[in-house]
Amino acid sequence: MTFGSIDSSYTRRTLTRSARTLASLRVDGPLLVGLALIAIFGLIVMYSASGRDLASVVKSATRIGIGAVVMLALARVKPGFLRRAAPIIYAVGILLLVIVDVVGYIGKGAQRWLDLGFVRFQPSEIMKIAVPMMCAWYLHERPLPPSVGSLLASTAIIFVPVALTIAQPDLGTGMLIAIAGVLVVLLAGLQLRVILALAGIAAVGAWFGWNFLHDYQQKRVLMFLDPQSDPLGAGYHIIQSQIAIGSGGIFGKGWMNGSQGQLEFLPERSTDFIFAVIGEEFGLVGLGLLLFLYLFVVGRAIYLAMQTQETFARLLAGSIAVTFFVYVFINTGMVSGLLPVVGVPLPLVSYGGTSMVTLLAGFGILMSLYSHRKLIRS
Amino acid sequence: MAANVRIKDQWQEQRLFEQRAVVAGGVIAALSVLLLARLVTLQVVRHDYYTELSQGNRVRIEPLPAPRGLILDRNGTVIAENRPAYQLELVREEVPDLAATLQRLEAIGLIPEDDLDDARKLVASHRSFDSVPIRLRLDDEQIATFAVHRFEFPGVDIRTRLARSYPYGELAVHALGYVGAISEQDLGRIDRAAYAGTSLIGKLGVEAAYEKELHGQNGSREILVNAQGRSVQRQGALVPNLRTVAPVAGEDLLLAMDLGVQKVAEDELGARRGAVVAIDPSNGDVIALVSRPGFDPNTFGRGITRVEYKALLDNIDRPLFDRALRGTYPSGSTIKPAIALAGLVYGAAKPTEHRFCAGVYRLPGSSRMFREGRSGRHGSVDLEDAIARSCDVYFYDLANRLGVDHIASFLAPFGFGSVTGIDISGEKPGLLPSREWKRKAFSRPQDQIWFPGETVNFGIGQGYFLVTPLQLAHYTSILANQGTSYKPRLVSGLRDPVTGAVRRFPPEKGAQISTATPEQWHIVMEGMAGALRGRGTAAATAGRNMTYDIAGKTGTAQVFSVGQTEKYNEKMVPERLRDHSWFIAFAPAEAPRIAVAVLVENGGFGSTGAAPIARKVMDAWLLKGGGT
Repeated sequence: MTFGSIDSSYTRRTLTRSARTLASLRVDGPLLVGLALIAIFGLIVMYSASGRDLASVVKSATRIGIGAVVMLALARVKPGFLRRAAPIIYAVGILLLVIVDVVGYIGKGAQRWLDLGFVRFQPSEIMKIAVPMMCAWYLHERPLPPSVGSLLASTAIIFVPVALTIAQPDLGTGMLIAIAGVLVVLLAGLQLRVILALAGIAAVGAWFGWNFLHDYQQKRVLMFLDPQSDPLGAGYHIIQSQIAIGSGGIFGKGWMNGSQGQLEFLPERSTDFIFAVIGEEFGLVGLGLLLFLYLFVVGRAIYLAMQTQETFARLLAGSIAVTFFVYVFINTGMVSGLLPVVGVPLPLVSYGGTSMVTLLAGFGILMSLYSHRKLIRS
Repeated sequence: MAANVRIKDQWQEQRLFEQRAVVAGGVIAALSVLLLARLVTLQVVRHDYYTELSQGNRVRIEPLPAPRGLILDRNGTVIAENRPAYQLELVREEVPDLAATLQRLEAIGLIPEDDLDDARKLVASHRSFDSVPIRLRLDDEQIATFAVHRFEFPGVDIRTRLARSYPYGELAVHALGYVGAISEQDLGRIDRAAYAGTSLIGKLGVEAAYEKELHGQNGSREILVNAQGRSVQRQGALVPNLRTVAPVAGEDLLLAMDLGVQKVAEDELGARRGAVVAIDPSNGDVIALVSRPGFDPNTFGRGITRVEYKALLDNIDRPLFDRALRGTYPSGSTIKPAIALAGLVYGAAKPTEHRFCAGVYRLPGSSRMFREGRSGRHGSVDLEDAIARSCDVYFYDLANRLGVDHIASFLAPFGFGSVTGIDISGEKPGLLPSREWKRKAFSRPQDQIWFPGETVNFGIGQGYFLVTPLQLAHYTSILANQGTSYKPRLVSGLRDPVTGAVRRFPPEKGAQISTATPEQWHIVMEGMAGALRGRGTAAATAGRNMTYDIAGKTGTAQVFSVGQTEKYNEKMVPERLRDHSWFIAFAPAEAPRIAVAVLVENGGFGSTGAAPIARKVMDAWLLKGGGT
């Protein structure tokens, strides 16, 4: 360092003080910085992607703020409490999902929201955290790798909320809940041969199922898998987003100068397809930077998960970390044309939804699990 | 402990988790590489491809129509121009209820009821945010009406654009033609790309014949559009290289026509049906080209309504029909000067030889009588007298002596039986009969024979022989020129609207008639001059108070056949079955500067119907110093 001695000691003192403050808040500094950088980048992009609408930026920032408060609050909650609360949260979540489904059924319309008068929220969002919590809670007392019995029980824990969510219908969220739960089981050490066996059974089942489907049903599935076969319908999104990303080149067209986004050729530009706006305006450099930030956060989160000492903490923290990456990959894969189009937002950047709060809540729990570990290794 | 009871082993579980975490890390790394590879493919490898697609997405080419060339007469008077016109335009997406709006516009008289459906279809065929013209060229009253009711019509407004305007209305309409909406047929013969942005095209007349020169080249402008195709205004990097190609204005047409002479001709014809063609014999310039009745070309440019168009089509006087180029009539006696010349050339007539006219002619060995048309009996006449007094008997006999073959082959180089090649289209060739023609034209063998009596009738311009007024004017100019012919032309040059540089067309020579000697031409000219002097057929009408010498010939074309023993009585025949009246003339007789042919449909005798009009036309040209 080339700081002068006074400056240097001042800097060191400041850093030490901040570290202490963070530690007392039970917050992980590097993770916080990573998340903050992503959020700031997201807000800058949001201004452009919303068509210079400051209100959208403010709303988005407000959500991040709420999420941050939730995160900081959860970071201070003791893991033991979280563990004991897991079954209750899960049960309440199931109950709310049933209510949503019943209300939707009576109202004869798709229903995802629950309106409590003062706040509306999606119970399925709770399940994104409640399901891995419940799985971790169920598995933490049992010997690992999980036995067949535990496996069946875990499957049931995952299956019920997923089925209720898909029934809303909300296939995307249902899938994400399932992934969060399955990741817990996988991280718990499910044997490779079991994984392979299950994969085999799934494949055979899919083959049989396929042959039982009607022609039109098969077509629907194929359309879902290959939207480009319908360039004006489902394929329009993906074609326009690839044009946006591709025309951005290495350095991009510049902030607020992406024609695809600014002239509204790109649908959902401030929500699910905001990744394409970044690609068009900031180019490969911008996307690479964002991807680096995401990987830094995921890497740090996995590292924190590995540092925890209890099985419950490890499984839950690991699931939260890897699920985060899954969100990133599904969205970016979809926008860049690697995966079929499913409605999954880009974490911390896309506009709207309770998902922003849920994500940060997850990181709050992760910080709590890490920061409350007992330092027995000397 | 039993072997099958498993207990929790914290350390082993921790190791297991760490293993799995590492595997997860590996999978994450692999997927990230895959994603990165995908992004490199899109943004580096296929960057150019996607750049092109995005450019195509956002840029639309908007045509910039070129201003149409003006049309000017020989004195520089503008006959066709482009003037700002007010039109009613409608933007569908801003209109709450399209059907009701159109109904309401009809109710206050801005759209004719018959055009409601067309207007609705027109609007529906455009994008919802396009401004669609639903009524072209509003007059002051309509503009005022709309201004009062404007608040009732959101999404409807008055806009200005350049429209074709003919300040003199009907004047010279058959020569000018008009512009109208581009039809399916037009689309077949034009380069569609070059007409993008042009909504009107020349129809008929010089507007059609010189379409290419008048149209110019449309320019184009690249404009920035959003996903809906709506034009957006933006600065900065989104509009770095939007190109504009300026339109090239169409060339101005310089007509040979003298609008003053044209107007005199039209006024003189007045409400009568007919045609007047005046040609400068020294170069083929068409000084006047009249066909009456006419119509107002402005109605087409502003969007003719169904009612208006139907009225034009159904009019018994056929105002859309160009009589000067397309009307074919028997020439009547106007052909006599050429027959006389043929007689001199072939030695069938001698200038000083007198013949006796007793008012009736019989073919040798036949009882069929050929009557003198009007003047009863002429007594003893020579060639010049026969022309001047239009003696039918003389020409019955001369035609018989010449024979149809000589007549037909002698008349052909005067342009009969073929088009004159005037620089607008639609011309009819008329009919120059011959033995050959009759053999082909009829199917029954007994009809295919040429009868001697038909030759006799040919001698006075009756029978099968048909000519257009333009052909007669062309023929008159050849008589005036003593055999030299020029292709008639309406347009004598083009003018660059920007630099003002004028490009004149050289006169184009036609067939030269060199079989006749100057003396023979002179004899015929004297005969024609005699028609306006003394006992000449037109002496009392066109020949009155001449200040210059005129050589002319009257003609009367039969519409209605009179029986062998009957006498034609004008009073007894319905107006539309009366004879057509012809007059041809050139002047000054010794050094002609104008050749005129006048036709008045059902105008009776040539001397009374057509000759005074020809005189007025020549006066208008010569007394003003035209052609000098």
